[in-house]
Amino acid sequence: MLMPRKNPTGSKLSARRLGGLGAGMVVAGLALVVVGWTAPLLLFLKAVLLLAGIVVLAQGLSRVVWAVRGGRPDILLWLCCGWLVLLAVVALLAPVLPLGEHVDVVKALDAPTYQSPRLLSEYPLGTNNYGLDMLARSIYGARTSLVIALSAVAIGTAVGGSIGVVAGFLRSGVDSVIGVVTNALLAVPPLVLLIALATVLEPKLRNVALALALLTIPSMIRLARANTIAFAQREFVLAARAMGATKLRIMWRELVPNVILPIFSMMVVMISVLIVAEASLSFLGFGVQAPEPTWGNMIAEAEGGTMQEHPHIVLVPGVFLFLTVFSFNLLGEKAQKRWDPRSAKL
Amino acid sequence: MSDQTVLEVEDVRTEFQTARGLVRAVDGVSLSLRAGETLGIVGESGSGKSVLGRTIMGLITTGHTTQVHGSVRIAGKDVHAISAKERRRLWGSEVAMVFQDPMTSLNPVKRVGAHITEALRLHLGLDKKAAAERAIDLLRQVGIPEPARRMSQFPHELSGGMRQRVVIAMALCCDPRLLIADEPTTALDVTVQKQILDLLTSLAESRDMATILISHDLGAVAGRTDRVQVMYAGRVVERSATGEVFEGPRHPYTEGLLASIPRLSDPPHTTLRAIVGSPPNMANPPDGCRFAPRCPYVQDRCRTEQPELLEIGVRRTSHVAACHFPLPDVDTGSTGDAPPRAALAEEIS
Repeated sequence: MLMPRKNPTGSKLSARRLGGLGAGMVVAGLALVVVGWTAPLLLFLKAVLLLAGIVVLAQGLSRVVWAVRGGRPDILLWLCCGWLVLLAVVALLAPVLPLGEHVDVVKALDAPTYQSPRLLSEYPLGTNNYGLDMLARSIYGARTSLVIALSAVAIGTAVGGSIGVVAGFLRSGVDSVIGVVTNALLAVPPLVLLIALATVLEPKLRNVALALALLTIPSMIRLARANTIAFAQREFVLAARAMGATKLRIMWRELVPNVILPIFSMMVVMISVLIVAEASLSFLGFGVQAPEPTWGNMIAEAEGGTMQEHPHIVLVPGVFLFLTVFSFNLLGEKAQKRWDPRSAKL
Repeated sequence: MSDQTVLEVEDVRTEFQTARGLVRAVDGVSLSLRAGETLGIVGESGSGKSVLGRTIMGLITTGHTTQVHGSVRIAGKDVHAISAKERRRLWGSEVAMVFQDPMTSLNPVKRVGAHITEALRLHLGLDKKAAAERAIDLLRQVGIPEPARRMSQFPHELSGGMRQRVVIAMALCCDPRLLIADEPTTALDVTVQKQILDLLTSLAESRDMATILISHDLGAVAGRTDRVQVMYAGRVVERSATGEVFEGPRHPYTEGLLASIPRLSDPPHTTLRAIVGSPPNMANPPDGCRFAPRCPYVQDRCRTEQPELLEIGVRRTSHVAACHFPLPDVDTGSTGDAPPRAALAEEIS
């Protein structure tokens, strides 16, 4: 459903009631958020209150917009987009933002260690064992995660997508060779493959991105190949041939624009998978090395019983990771629905 | 009408190696076509008419499971002997094809304009602006209202008939000398069918273009073609001037096809007259005449000896049929060189 759902009752009275209820929920949600953030409670309780507040707030906003506009907005989608945009902007602008120290331990010598998150203090999300600012580290971690995931997906799609289109269009010998290679790549467990690569490659941002790209290539090949085969049987490909188009031209001008849509929704889902993969690698110590922050190695800092005493060390990067992956997944799901070739009109 | 021969097909056989054996989808077809002439090819599904169309185009990719024998000459060039590059140059500029289903023969993500301008730029080397102007002109020629606005629309925004007009404009963009229309109206509804067929006829006339109209619909071919070729099981069974075939079919299969057309004058609930039986298994066709198992006038000779396509015309125009015992001519009662069969026909009825 692309059209916003109409208010089923439609009468003014019910719209007003809906708006009132929504406004009440917004207020309650805000109150919960503020209490959750500031109240001197256990961190776990604070987190629960905060999350509940956000949910109530979202529902309230949704109802207000519903009452005002008459159509139900997909508030979750907008929240996800908002989060991703915000994250991207702060990650881009990180060097010019007034953030605390994120990497240099010497500069953080006089900062308190294991400081708990307190919104209006100098360290809004607390500090770690060296006194490095968790907010700054999370944002710089987002930089690493996003750069790695985006470039890996871009490389994987470009390489895997073009191989898949060629295999699906030419078929015969080329296709079988590519099929064997793809299956071989898929047969190796991803984590084992990554660890094996980590032993030979230096754990630098570029290398991690390349290793993760290798991981996306086989599934991209499969998707591109399957879609290409389906589209190559349509008559417009034959028509293009009958007009004297070369094979390269048919692939580029006729097939790629059709195959790109399902690929695109796959890309969005792939980004979230790769963010998790990158975090796992860093957690295991195979990714970008500490003290350079990534969400994975930040979570790893809580090893050895630290989590019980200072849960924010895990919770802060964990929440960043969770929200980002959740947003990309939701976006990918929507994209898939929108561009599913089976629901296409033609 | 000039006398220039545009198309010469000689003893073409198209064979597919399948799991059930060798299938000769087209089995020894010869024909020739002059500029401005229109040939209708009719036959039921699986008679090889579409494969013949694609073989003439050279669109059949030959390999170890697919082979084409014989020669197809378009404007003097043997389609199957020239290099792939030369063939690509031929496609679009010398010979073009209109496909069956305009729903699938246009790329759903490409704008209408791009479909036409791409070929123009490729073959004629026009620049963007000149190609766009010419494309608009072509769209106008094929009867599309507001052609300039249609250029930037996507295929799904047009109706089926409009889409088929775009396909025709695409095929005509580089002034081909030969147009092959492979069931161009099968996917359209009846009122649009007539418009599209009339359009094709008038365009072929004004451009002095040779046209092959492939159809299973005899009505589509009647009155719009100069000659009709009836195909059955990969072979030509009868070919003559259109009027002669419709008024006095000489091959029993053609007679059966014509009898199966429902007529408006028939009373309601008239049972449709069908030809009994079904087309032969092409991997294992019958020995003699391929129509023999379904022929109402079948003789012993038909089951053992394959009839050749012979001239049996009694008028000035050529009339060929592949039958040992052709039906008598409507006017003269003559059966040409073949032995008379009038007595036999009476005996059977």
